[in-house]
Amino acid sequence: MSEALVEVRDLKVHFPITTGVLFDRVVGHVKAVDGVDLTVPRGQTYGLVGESGCGKSTLGRAILQLTPPTAGEVRFDGVELTKLPAAKMRGMRRRMQMIFQDPMSSLDPRQNVESILTEGLGAHGIGAGRAERRGIINKTLDAVGLPHWALSRYPHEFSGGQRQRIGIARALVLGPELLVADEPVSALDVSIQAQVVNLLDELQEELGLTYLVIAHDLAVVRHISDVVGVMYLGALVEEAPSDRLYREPLHPYTRALMSAVPVPDPEIEDRRERILLAGDLPSPANPPEGCRFHTRCPWAQPTRCADERPVLRDVGGTKVACHWAEQIASGALRAHEVKVQLVRPGDEGEAPSVVSAPSEPGSYV
Amino acid sequence: MALLDVQDLSVTFARRGQRTVHAVDGVSFSVDAGEVVGLVGESGCGKSVTSLALMGLLPRQRGVHVGGSATFDGTDLLTLDPRSMRDVRGRDIAMIFQDPLSSLNPVIPIGIQVTEVLVRHRDMSGDAARKEAAELLDRVGIPDPRRRLKEYPHQLSGGMRQRALIAMAVACRPRLLIADEPTTALDVTIQAQILELLKELVRDSGTALIMITHDLGVVAGMCDTINVLYAGKVVETARRKELFANRRHPYTVGLLASIPRLDAGRGEKLTPIRGSVRDVLPWPDGCAFAPRCDRRVDACVGEPPPMTPTHTGHEYRCVNPAPLPQPKETP
Amino acid sequence: MTLAPGKKKEKLERLAELSAVRDDEQGVSLWREAMRRLRRNPAAIVGASILVVFVLVAVVGPFLVPYDPVDQSGIREGVIKPGSIPGTSGDHWLGYDHQGRDEFSRLIVGARQTLIVGIVSTLIGLTIGVLVGGVAGAAAGLGGRWGRLVDSVLMRIVDMLLSLPSLLLAVSVAALLGPSLVTVMIAVGVVSVPIFARLLRGSMIAQANRDYVLAASSLGVRNTKIAISHIVPNSLAPVIVQATLTLATAIIEVAALSFLGLGNPDSTQPEWGLMLADAQIYLDVRPGLAIYPALGIIITALGFTLLGEAMREALDPKLRR
Repeated sequence: MSEALVEVRDLKVHFPITTGVLFDRVVGHVKAVDGVDLTVPRGQTYGLVGESGCGKSTLGRAILQLTPPTAGEVRFDGVELTKLPAAKMRGMRRRMQMIFQDPMSSLDPRQNVESILTEGLGAHGIGAGRAERRGIINKTLDAVGLPHWALSRYPHEFSGGQRQRIGIARALVLGPELLVADEPVSALDVSIQAQVVNLLDELQEELGLTYLVIAHDLAVVRHISDVVGVMYLGALVEEAPSDRLYREPLHPYTRALMSAVPVPDPEIEDRRERILLAGDLPSPANPPEGCRFHTRCPWAQPTRCADERPVLRDVGGTKVACHWAEQIASGALRAHEVKVQLVRPGDEGEAPSVVSAPSEPGSYV
Repeated sequence: MALLDVQDLSVTFARRGQRTVHAVDGVSFSVDAGEVVGLVGESGCGKSVTSLALMGLLPRQRGVHVGGSATFDGTDLLTLDPRSMRDVRGRDIAMIFQDPLSSLNPVIPIGIQVTEVLVRHRDMSGDAARKEAAELLDRVGIPDPRRRLKEYPHQLSGGMRQRALIAMAVACRPRLLIADEPTTALDVTIQAQILELLKELVRDSGTALIMITHDLGVVAGMCDTINVLYAGKVVETARRKELFANRRHPYTVGLLASIPRLDAGRGEKLTPIRGSVRDVLPWPDGCAFAPRCDRRVDACVGEPPPMTPTHTGHEYRCVNPAPLPQPKETP
Repeated sequence: MTLAPGKKKEKLERLAELSAVRDDEQGVSLWREAMRRLRRNPAAIVGASILVVFVLVAVVGPFLVPYDPVDQSGIREGVIKPGSIPGTSGDHWLGYDHQGRDEFSRLIVGARQTLIVGIVSTLIGLTIGVLVGGVAGAAAGLGGRWGRLVDSVLMRIVDMLLSLPSLLLAVSVAALLGPSLVTVMIAVGVVSVPIFARLLRGSMIAQANRDYVLAASSLGVRNTKIAISHIVPNSLAPVIVQATLTLATAIIEVAALSFLGLGNPDSTQPEWGLMLADAQIYLDVRPGLAIYPALGIIITALGFTLLGEAMREALDPKLRR
């Protein structure tokens, strides 16, 4: 049994942009995931953070082969998933499950809870008879804290938090080893989020699960992850153990991200220094040359940043993809003003473009 | 004198065959000129309905009842007829909504939407209005504003759209700005930009701001006074630092304890609030939070608790509030 | 997968406390909820009542009519004269028709024909449309590149069908098969295929993008099963609503085509459209002969339309709670 449950090597997911009436013609690619190396240690939680458009959800789905990767390898417990024939892959699915973001749309509104939970069992032929299957799902319901009378009910009869528990139960029923949680709490009310986060924590302890948690909420990820990876425009820019990442972020993007998260404490809020990023996210169909972040980076240098794509490398226990990580950390390089580049979202059939507007410099603190 | 004084605001929705919903149930707060006031609560607490009631944007239907008063500069907004309210809206009070894509007209270019406001309320002519519109877009940080004037909302990113909405809102230099979850739909780095922008605008033009949000982190950084809402009532109100340092109402306590914080360590357990709002509808007699409260006593059921004032202006609606926290050791 | 007994008890206690108010009834599925909403809707009640009456009349009526609808008793009795057709009387509630038959009996028996015709033609359109649209929708939603190609091809065929007006189609079919009720039903049915096909296909593609479909995939459920058990049931609502509305128009269209002579030329078999056609000449003598079947068609179509619209409202997910 190796240490790593999931190993991802140079994973790429490129979605073709097509036009055409009867036969599609490919005019470009949205590089949602563009070369990611990632390892999820057995029994631990890997938190993947990033903002919208960074590709984290796509990465999660690609690992589970729900979206077929364009290139790269995904090894689950040593088995190379991308090469598996469909039937074998279906068998592997028992061991890796997904929890979805929106508790309303991730449950079939026409299925009652019993049907939702037994569907997975049926697909894999688990459970000899109705009674045995009932036993399994009852135990799962107990594990997630749902009452047994929930079985005959329909999703719309439950609150958001309860529906999310049903989703978790559905994933657990097959007895998986890996759980990929795609924004598991972001659609829930703040006071309910804590319930579900605690539940996930408990389940991991009791069942020895391995988690890949994908979220945009840094505070949530900080709370449940052992290792955190930060994504920007399809690539990992920093990866470090949770405590270290939040204490000493090295990558400029991570620093900006941390400084932007509001903390419910006025003293801290007053004292912090915010690093404000200028402008918008570039289009994933047309990412900047070289370091993807250099167009908005307050520490961008004239050499290397615009030509060379930085590799994820180890800097004192943290993996960073930045040419100047050490210099920034030591203070040798100072932040500067960034000219704002406005990007047009590339979806009106025209090729997406970067439009630079040099009249006003971007702001920074 | 306060710029806006809301007394005992109530909004009920009655529909045939369904339970009457008391969306807002006696909300009172005030906003001084230049002050930033926060309305904090989760979904269903009535904060959005409050803002709609103040702006006169609630549907005028049988079954929608608005009570109480909202005195803005001497006039009760709730008694104004639709035409007078339209004059007030945009000129004196402006609103920014949550989802910029659905708040902007998708088939009209941004420029026209901004100039529309200028023409309506500041009587500007076409050319002067366009010039002013470009300056406004510039003021809110949209690069290359002249070009943006001709563009449509879907051609801008989420952050830019929100800036455009803010530009429209401040076009007439209103004295009060109401922002209803303005950054909830935005990424966190964009949120920081927008909040910074709002802070600047408030500072530079002396506009008062009502910030409606569910995010306690946002109000911790922005607001002067914070009102916590639950079940259509204000359950606690205090100045910013006072609220976080000395929170009394169990709901506030629960909320603060259940939010994961960036500065907390891994493994510190979150303390969720039991149950959910939906589990306890309809609101029981007495305190609406009682079924979920750890500090429930007999006095909580039966009579709704009144606001307990204190000398610091910190008020809370609870008969058995959490004890004052021990003072933190200063490092 | 077991919990320590202490913890389990604690959890259940917590939940029991909160769920104390719930009684142990059966879960309310979406259909049940929709039915409940429907029952409260006045338009639905009116529409349903009309339809119940119509169906009763159509099914049971012919056994209870006072006279044989093809029996030309009026001519035998000598009451039919040029320029005069007797109207309502004690024996004949709606009088005679131009061929001396009892109008009331013909109206009742005609209801059955109309019902059959309306249902069959709608069923033809529904069945073919649902099959084509279902395959196209499933292919597009789940099938990847090949699926999208299949979808494109099928939809272009459907588009070709769209360009045929029912009249032209009826005439062509009549030329092949001769004028008859079957001709008319086929014509009306085929013309409604594109509506159902597109509706179902669009609905299915929208559902195929939902998370619960992805969830089913991740559970390991095969694509065909996903399409049939998950996507189709959730996509049927607009199709059902459309079926009721199409029934209404089908009745009218069949009547129109019969009126134009493309239906069953044998006027001894009563059918409302045909009765309307025959009554044209006698409009000045006995307008009732035209009014009664027309009223019948209008009221029935109205009933279906009211019910259809009410169903659309009841099934609309946006109006849910």
